[in-house]
Amino acid sequence: MTAAAPTTLSRPGGLWVAFSNNRLSWVGLVLLAAIVLIAIFAPLIAPHDPLEQNIVSRLEPPSAEFWLGTDSYGRDVLSRLIYGSRISLVVGFLAILIAMSIGATVGILAGYIGGPFDQLVMGLLDVMLSFPTLLLGLMIAAMLGASLENLIIAIAITEIAPFARIARAPTISLKQRDFVEAGRALGFGPVRIMRVHILPNMISDVVVMGSLWMASAIRTEASLSFIGLGVPPPAATWGGMIREGFENILDAWWLAVFPSLAILLTVLALNLLGDALRDAIDPKLRAE
Amino acid sequence: MMMNADDDAVLTISNLRTEFRIGGVWHAAVRDLSLTLRRNETLAIVGESGSGKSVTALSILRLLPNAGARIGAGEMMFEGRDIAQLSEHEMSRIRGNAIAMIFQEPMTSLNPTMTVGQQIAEVITIHRHVPHSEASAEALRLLREVKIPAAESRIHDYPHQFSGGMRQRVMIAMALACRPKILLADEPTTALDVTIQAQVLMQLDELKQAYGMSILFITHNLGVVAQIADRVAVMYAGEVVELAGVETLFARPTHPYTAALLRAMPRADRSSDSLEPIAGSVPPLTSMPPGCAYAPRCPHKLPSCVQARPALQESSDLAGDRSHLVRCPVRLAGASP
Amino acid sequence: MIPALHNGALEVRNLTKTFAIGGGMFAPRAEIVRAVNDVSFTIPKGMALGLVGESGCGKSTVARAVLRLVEPDAGAVIFDGTDIRAAKGAALRRLRQRMQIVFQDPYSSLNPRRTIRQALEEPLRVHFRLSRQEIVEKAELAVAEVGLPREAIDRYPHEFSGGQRQRIGIARALVLGPELIVADEPVSALDVSVQAQILRLLEGLRERRGLSFLFVSHDLGVVRHFCDRVCVMYLGRIVEEGATAAVLDRPLHPYTKLLRDSSPVPDPKARLALTRILGEVPSPTNPPAGCTFHPRCPRAESLCSIEPPQLEAIYAGRLCACHFPASQNS
Repeated sequence: MTAAAPTTLSRPGGLWVAFSNNRLSWVGLVLLAAIVLIAIFAPLIAPHDPLEQNIVSRLEPPSAEFWLGTDSYGRDVLSRLIYGSRISLVVGFLAILIAMSIGATVGILAGYIGGPFDQLVMGLLDVMLSFPTLLLGLMIAAMLGASLENLIIAIAITEIAPFARIARAPTISLKQRDFVEAGRALGFGPVRIMRVHILPNMISDVVVMGSLWMASAIRTEASLSFIGLGVPPPAATWGGMIREGFENILDAWWLAVFPSLAILLTVLALNLLGDALRDAIDPKLRAE
Repeated sequence: MMMNADDDAVLTISNLRTEFRIGGVWHAAVRDLSLTLRRNETLAIVGESGSGKSVTALSILRLLPNAGARIGAGEMMFEGRDIAQLSEHEMSRIRGNAIAMIFQEPMTSLNPTMTVGQQIAEVITIHRHVPHSEASAEALRLLREVKIPAAESRIHDYPHQFSGGMRQRVMIAMALACRPKILLADEPTTALDVTIQAQVLMQLDELKQAYGMSILFITHNLGVVAQIADRVAVMYAGEVVELAGVETLFARPTHPYTAALLRAMPRADRSSDSLEPIAGSVPPLTSMPPGCAYAPRCPHKLPSCVQARPALQESSDLAGDRSHLVRCPVRLAGASP
Repeated sequence: MIPALHNGALEVRNLTKTFAIGGGMFAPRAEIVRAVNDVSFTIPKGMALGLVGESGCGKSTVARAVLRLVEPDAGAVIFDGTDIRAAKGAALRRLRQRMQIVFQDPYSSLNPRRTIRQALEEPLRVHFRLSRQEIVEKAELAVAEVGLPREAIDRYPHEFSGGQRQRIGIARALVLGPELIVADEPVSALDVSVQAQILRLLEGLRERRGLSFLFVSHDLGVVRHFCDRVCVMYLGRIVEEGATAAVLDRPLHPYTKLLRDSSPVPDPKARLALTRILGEVPSPTNPPAGCTFHPRCPRAESLCSIEPPQLEAIYAGRLCACHFPASQNS
């Protein structure tokens, strides 16, 4: 007779079960895969050079040559959109990766060490969390200056506190579990216990939130680019394109609409994916 | 004078089969169970994990989960009606009213956001349609009856303010609020300290006499069974393997599983050099053997045991008006140990 | 001070542990709980000592304090002549090899993400410098010793039943070759038939390896079967100690008698004839003055509410903390 099942994701093949239970997750996966492939194969897919200016054809609506129209410099919107996906995905992914690494480490340490250290860290996290994400990103980006690297850093910093929080809670409950006490009784040091016994048992929670927050990171990137604190022109970024579209909204609707759609689809894909993963680790499914 | 057992029956379960859907296929957790609960008696159902004892109680009150569980066959006659067939609406008029249940974990069975007085009064107002003031007065009376000290002030307390034993008494008070004919008790004292358990068991017995109830007491603890039961049903792998009066069961355990359980149990009042473990384990629901479910672990196994599922038969050993049923033709036919 | 001997014995002297409940930076003052209050006992090599009592008596805290999984506030814990409380670093690690713990809950005592092999090999790697081959051999030996098949070693905990998981927990405790096992309710979460299997396993190991046991349990039947001597605890103190059968058959302390009388026995002729069981265990934050048991004691007199009784030898091998212990012949 087998014992109670663990969470779906901690079993081999668990990811597959998570997906087969949720149709929408397939939509998210396919959509995200499409966007990633577009980003990777941008040079092969884009019909025109995103930076090539063509003053003669400026502000033209969608046509046979320029499928999504041109902007005020005559650049092909479609090509800029395709190349813009690279920026969004890279920034979103790297920012979350950095934030996750730092945030989860801080969270685990705070949860495991406890006491005054934990209270201090929690206080700092509360301060960070009380800033609206965008405002925080704005302040940091403004201080550092506008560039791709600084953008990634700024967004990463805004996401550290949430990761620390969601790493801390399971750490505290895992710390009470008998197998952690067994580790201490067996003479394992705190580093080994945190690395081998605590981290693997909570990392899926953290990674799942990571996928959901990547959507948030991409939105922040777009917002910062919109304000002008993102990657500087003439680089093609979705946020920057919306800014330009915003200025020309009455004359050239296509400049604002298509980048917005791009952001919407990317964020939607990540949310669907993240929701499916999160349902898979839902505590109600934990039978322990 | 031999009393006809059936005259006295409060609940008659016949051929109950409760199934769970596992991997798309329906498997029986309770197989062909027949039991009679008589007026004013305490019938204990004893078994280990996987025996189906809790599922039986949940089946009686139709508290099984909607998806993935069902009563596949059988009838349960209570007050002239087959409660296996009643609608959910009709069942809800019986639950907490004519048939009440208490559970193992009082903390999760009580609503943490309502005072205990409110919860008891709620049961009363729902079933008996009396004004709230009368319900509250009755709730206070019940708390006193289950011997909660300082009941007048404690009636306004929340469940978390009570100790485990006290919470269990509150649950008993709630169960008694509508003077049920049957009380189903699913391991009510397993989570309690042993001295508190003794108090609660004594109290249940006193209340049973005062209210004229029948109690169906589910437990895995044979010691508790010896303390409180009039009759005992031993369950294994979803069926009753032995049914007897309590003295008979402990004096002459006939089914090999009953005997093995008693030999495996350490006693506080006797030193024993050896405990005899039972080798093997309970067969899973999904792969129940075709013949006797206990045969793989049984020292008395014969080839006939694995071919056909044995029936519950009368033992020739009768004590008073209580029959002794055993699901083991080998032991019934052979000499006693 | 009695000099410590190198005799493989565990000596616990005046062990005390208090917890603060509540408190913290912004909360009102914490309440103090004396979970363990001046507890002393000795386990000679090869003996099994039972520690019984109900919830809140402190037995689990004693078990953990002995292994320094919880740091005692006062008192001494001496194993084979070495002061455990003073040990640090490598010395503490070496002590940990010799004293291990088996937990109550088979579902929480194993890391769900590690195979059995990994769970058994890890302590070997941390403590010893062995070759890969030696480590594999020792792990496989441990699995065999607890009666599990060889193929089990590469599976995950969730593939096993409660009884099997308990065996794995025992294997993990044995893999370092300890001399003392602290067992915290090791069979309480198991069915009767499985319980008997595990108890038999523990008995066999005790004989073959000459292990000592500190066996914590609330089940008097299990303790009677497994333990040579037993300590009865109430609200953080030991109230009685002696050979198990003697303590259970002829209890000196009224609480021991209450505990024994309340424990259900599988004999319908021996139904509980308890007159009145008074009250419940008082809150550990506010224990009664004098003898902590006096509010519930049928024999209590005025002295009992003033002066706490000391644990004293009543006659050979029997200790009791009571102003009016039962007579030897009762």
